[in-house]
Amino acid sequence: MRRLLVSLWILVTASFLMIQLVPGDPVRAALGTSAPAELVATRRAQLGLDDSLLDQYLTYVRNLFTGDLGESILTQLSVAETIGQRLLATLSLALPAFVLTFAIAVPVGVAMAVVTRRGRRRRAELTFVGTSIVLASIPEFVVCVALVAVFAVNLGLVPAAGRSGIDSYVLPVLALAIGPAAVLARIVRVEMLAVLDADYIRTARAQRLSALRIHLRHALPNAVTATLTLSGLMLATMVAGTVLVENVFAWPGLGGTIVSSIQSRDYPLVQGAVLVYGAIALTVNTLVDVGIAAIDPRSMIGDS
Amino acid sequence: MRRHRPEVLRTPVGIVGVTLLTVLVLLAVLAPLLWGDRATATNTGNMLAGPSPEHWAGTDNLGRDILFRTLVATRLSLVLTLVATTLGVGLGLLLGLAPLLLPQRLGRLVVAFVNVLLGFPSLLMVLFLAVILGVSTTSALLAIGIAIAPPFARLVHALGAGVTERDFVAAARIAGVPPARIMVRHVLPNVAEPLVVNATVTASSVLLAFGGLSFLGIGVQAPQYDWGRLMQDGLAIIYDNPLAALAPGIAFVLTGLAFNLTGEAAAGTFGAKSRSRMRWPAPASPRPGTRDDADLAADRDGLVLDVRDLAVTFPGPDGPIPPVRGVSIALRAGEAVGVVGESGSGKSMTALAVAQLVEEPGRVTAERLAFCATDLRSGRRAAHDALLGTSLAVVFQDPMTSLNPVLRVGTQLGEAARRHQGLTRRQASARAADRLRAVHLAEPERRLRQYPHEFSGGMRQRAMIAMGLMGTPRLIVADEPTTALDMTVQRQVLDVLQEVRREHGTALLLISHDVSVVSSVCDRVLVMYAGRIVEDLPSADLHTQARHPYTRALIGAVPDMTTDLDAPLATIAGQPVDPRHVPDGCAFAARCPLVTDRCRQEEPTLQAGPVGAVACWHVDDPIPAETEEVAVG
Ligand code: SF4
Repeated sequence: MRRLLVSLWILVTASFLMIQLVPGDPVRAALGTSAPAELVATRRAQLGLDDSLLDQYLTYVRNLFTGDLGESILTQLSVAETIGQRLLATLSLALPAFVLTFAIAVPVGVAMAVVTRRGRRRRAELTFVGTSIVLASIPEFVVCVALVAVFAVNLGLVPAAGRSGIDSYVLPVLALAIGPAAVLARIVRVEMLAVLDADYIRTARAQRLSALRIHLRHALPNAVTATLTLSGLMLATMVAGTVLVENVFAWPGLGGTIVSSIQSRDYPLVQGAVLVYGAIALTVNTLVDVGIAAIDPRSMIGDS
Repeated sequence: MRRHRPEVLRTPVGIVGVTLLTVLVLLAVLAPLLWGDRATATNTGNMLAGPSPEHWAGTDNLGRDILFRTLVATRLSLVLTLVATTLGVGLGLLLGLAPLLLPQRLGRLVVAFVNVLLGFPSLLMVLFLAVILGVSTTSALLAIGIAIAPPFARLVHALGAGVTERDFVAAARIAGVPPARIMVRHVLPNVAEPLVVNATVTASSVLLAFGGLSFLGIGVQAPQYDWGRLMQDGLAIIYDNPLAALAPGIAFVLTGLAFNLTGEAAAGTFGAKSRSRMRWPAPASPRPGTRDDADLAADRDGLVLDVRDLAVTFPGPDGPIPPVRGVSIALRAGEAVGVVGESGSGKSMTALAVAQLVEEPGRVTAERLAFCATDLRSGRRAAHDALLGTSLAVVFQDPMTSLNPVLRVGTQLGEAARRHQGLTRRQASARAADRLRAVHLAEPERRLRQYPHEFSGGMRQRAMIAMGLMGTPRLIVADEPTTALDMTVQRQVLDVLQEVRREHGTALLLISHDVSVVSSVCDRVLVMYAGRIVEDLPSADLHTQARHPYTRALIGAVPDMTTDLDAPLATIAGQPVDPRHVPDGCAFAARCPLVTDRCRQEEPTLQAGPVGAVACWHVDDPIPAETEEVAVG
């Protein structure tokens, strides 16, 4: 908890300093060299850039608590509102992708562990590990492009871009989930292999429980506990990965907003977006820690 | 690095990786020289063309050849990757070593800083830095370099901290060698290897990160182009020529693979260990003339456990490994038999085989393997589940690891009863509470709702026994049930086992390396050596009538009341037999004080004697006093 607070504080401070660190005049940079001097001066005043650094910082933090992230330099729309809308679109990709990742990786990893245990079926093991390395080597945006080329352009099954019906979600969610699923499946398999050799699994076998119960009730929770630690990082990366995926699919999400506002130097918007992305990543990590504590009774008293 | 190359090249994965890398480097050097012009030559007459003999991957919106552009872009993509990786590794080294060099307070600050940075996804950091540094190739380089530094810093710090604790570093420090010099001379060489491996893998993510930035339009700027840039341009014309986006995409995948495979091979995580094929023996044909006739079967009716010529084999690289080589055990109701021997004698494997718990690829064969008059060799394993699940209890050595940490004790006790006896949840938990009471655990209802980590070792072992008592066990197989417990708890657990035996007429097969435990609990003792029973005798006679030199040595190795407790514990000289190389003749020959040529050539078999049976050619010879000197290492 303390770590989360410290990290959040650093995040807030860093995003505040971001504008200060931009070389030259950020407003001038955003509005372009041809913008009239008065306009630049008015915007500077609006943004409070003429106040002392400390004042600016305090105002910034105070505004944060009221949910005020400032206004876009270019459009003068509320940053908080813009981000709020875009974030929803982003999460509507990231969350299904996260769920899909687990829905693929856990069964596949478990099945592969059971099938290839103790050096059985070496060929299946090699194929699995090889495939997973190859899949994990393909970046999201290449997956995106490949998926678009095949399913949208060639087969015309789903729309190539935009956010419309359910079918428009298929490709972006898949693109986000494939790589992480490949990595996670491998991790699940390794964890599962280790757990299957544990003494308590032998106890379960000695009780002659059904194979299904041994694997699902006795082994799986232990294997998944270890996997969950990584899932936080994975979800955070996935949220970040939406930046690229949204770009390909012209998805009206936060990622597209960040990129276009970096290009147009709309700093308040970038600032807000970075803040929100960072906060999501941090919160997810903390939530995962809490989740692990809930699943694994040992971690509550810290003797695991 | 050179030292490790053969290692990397020894595996198919490594060979593919290194070959790919070599091709890429060649392309990076040669492609711009060979095809630089053709890659930039515009042709307005042939725009957005699909693949053709002249343009294998078609052309872009200015009629430029996609394939050549992709090949030529190799150089920029790789160079950027290398520079950013080097930058990141360098920064990581600085940040990682700083805490080791700086005064402690400052050092901790750096560590904390790195830890905080690690909490943020690196793409976020890249975007953040790209904002401050502006949109250009250089700023993208810096941004990526900085963003990959934290994980490296942590790795370096962890490795470096391990090294600095070693003696030679302390010695250098006392000798007044300046810290920076210590780092360069002593710490760096010791952390170099994992760093190189990690850098290789990181390089692939840098490649993708850079590609990603260029793809987003905030990396490489036109007219320069790398693969990411090409993909972005290709995406715009994906309906006209999908290959325009796919060709650079394929380049990404191949390059990423080259880095990943090389890294994996270097790290030895994938296929690095050359696992030679395990060999199996031809199926052994049953020995002739050993069929049970009706008489014998009748005679054996009262047996709870009837095992004859039990063998367990595992496949090994140089042929099968037999930890158990022909063991026969017969147990009547209420009888307690102990199996003693050193570790590696095959006694635990015997217990597992009897309990039908030997897993693949281990194989259990026996001439007879009957439990409660049911032949366990016939039919599928699952067919015997109900019988074994209710009538056979198994207690393992380590109670700390034998219960599932994430399930409540009550759940673990009840589930077998629910499966095999069809009890409801409530019945099962009532029975479980009753069983916990039977093994003298106070407040059983509360205990059932707890997790194993809330139990002490002795309590867990009693819970394990209670688990076995959920049914009506005819046999308890206990493999070193008290070894992990302290003395007083040992006694309690053994008492519980004895009680169960008395009350239910349950037979007990007790495996232990501790002769005194076995002789205090059991009626009969089987002594195992190198996978065979070498002596079988009543425990009452163990100290007076033992005839096998190994048994006598074992007894000598046990302190009894008359032993001076301050004297060093006697042990048996020499090494136990490695099951991979069981010698011809008597397996104990190498350590035996009575060994003769006959022992080395012919293997003695169990022969019945006045009080038991023994397998030794020289059973009645006195043992020379100085056994130690005869020992062979
Ligand atoms: S047979 Fe020979 S070597 Fe083996 S125990 Fe007896 S005396 Fe020793």
